[in-house]
Amino acid sequence: MTRPAPSAGAWILDRVPTPAGDVPRVAAALTGSDRLGTWARRWGIGRDDYAVAPGLYAVGAPAVDSVVLVTANYKMSFDRLRRELAGISAWILVLDTKGINVWCAAGKGTFGTDELVRRVQGTGLDRVVSHRRLVVPQLGAPGVSAHQVLKGCGFRVTYGPVRASDLPRFLASGMKADPEMRRVRFGLRDRAAVAPVEVIGGGGYALLVAALFVLVGGLGAGGFQLDRVLSVGVPEAVLVLAAFLGGSLVTPLLLPFLPGREFALKGAWVGLLGTVGLHSLLFGWPENRGVWALAAWGLIGTALASFVAMNFTGASTFTSVSGVREEMRRAVPAQAVALVAGLALWGVSRFTGLLG
Amino acid sequence: MFGLRHLPGVTSLKLDRGICNGCRMCMNVCPHAVLVATDEGRVSIADRDGCMECGACARNCPTAAVSVTAGVGCAAAIIVGALTGTEPTCG
Repeated sequence: MTRPAPSAGAWILDRVPTPAGDVPRVAAALTGSDRLGTWARRWGIGRDDYAVAPGLYAVGAPAVDSVVLVTANYKMSFDRLRRELAGISAWILVLDTKGINVWCAAGKGTFGTDELVRRVQGTGLDRVVSHRRLVVPQLGAPGVSAHQVLKGCGFRVTYGPVRASDLPRFLASGMKADPEMRRVRFGLRDRAAVAPVEVIGGGGYALLVAALFVLVGGLGAGGFQLDRVLSVGVPEAVLVLAAFLGGSLVTPLLLPFLPGREFALKGAWVGLLGTVGLHSLLFGWPENRGVWALAAWGLIGTALASFVAMNFTGASTFTSVSGVREEMRRAVPAQAVALVAGLALWGVSRFTGLLG
Repeated sequence: MFGLRHLPGVTSLKLDRGICNGCRMCMNVCPHAVLVATDEGRVSIADRDGCMECGACARNCPTAAVSVTAGVGCAAAIIVGALTGTEPTCG
């Protein structure tokens, strides 16, 4: 059987002997370092290498009739589960999902029927418990086929609640999930938790484009002028960064309140209002720069925020691949036209004085 | 227009009520309550546009009465898939 490394962390308390070998017993509470680990991953730090060893674990003082809870080997998933298990004795079967959370891994199939059957057999679970039931998180269902798991290893799958926090209530009620436990939500808290990864993920590109506008800001009719870097380049870089944050942070937070079904459209509103508003703040109302510069930035900002917001579909909990394909079919041409038109207006008004 | 609903009329979700055995596994695994039980002990699609094509229902239907083309509703994955000529996938 696969035995998790004993020195893997302070969250392993000791080892519990079973007929299939010793099993690590883990704490049902998180420490400061567990919480710091979660926080860092929410900011995208070390996110690709945050795994626990797959295999069987114990929490509390489990016996042959104790419940078996299945989870992924992303440590954040594992932590979310064990912190809900204070006062509960259970076995935890950790699948090898390559350090990916349950839902995403289920979509890829790594949290799946084959891995579950293999892990049940590899750990000798049928010698550890006398029953034949596995509690699989509901969001594992895209990868797990309950009837095939039964056929494959003789264990019956019961789908638990979506959120680990509902597990104690689910277990106490004889493994009955009420409709609310089965629903995925995407409230402000959820959106705020996943948005930072989007900001960090695209932030490098946004800074690069912004830096480019700082430099190009010095150019204009009459060549390169350093004072224009400050008076034009820097404010225009701010507009780029604002459009990026509009799409990656403001749109996710305001998601249900922005008009339109498409994330691209929701982001476009933020980009349009944000850049036009900010342009007026930074440069004064159009008479200072001409209405064409304002129009140029309205178009560029709208296109940028719209594109960035469109990419938040992947972090959301309710978009389908058919829906996002349809959204992109509508939005990407519009974004391209807005961006090209905006850059053209920007270039002409900047370098020719024709639109001044 | 507002709220957490994506585009309507696009899902590939299908239900063949003729071969549904009423086990309700699809109802149990659906994260958006798309399917509901009917009076005659089977299920029906109550909120087709709520479907996110995660594929949980189809994978857990023992009679293959439910089918859906599952995938990730992620623009970045679709872009990468289009550029590399592969199916859209995360990471």
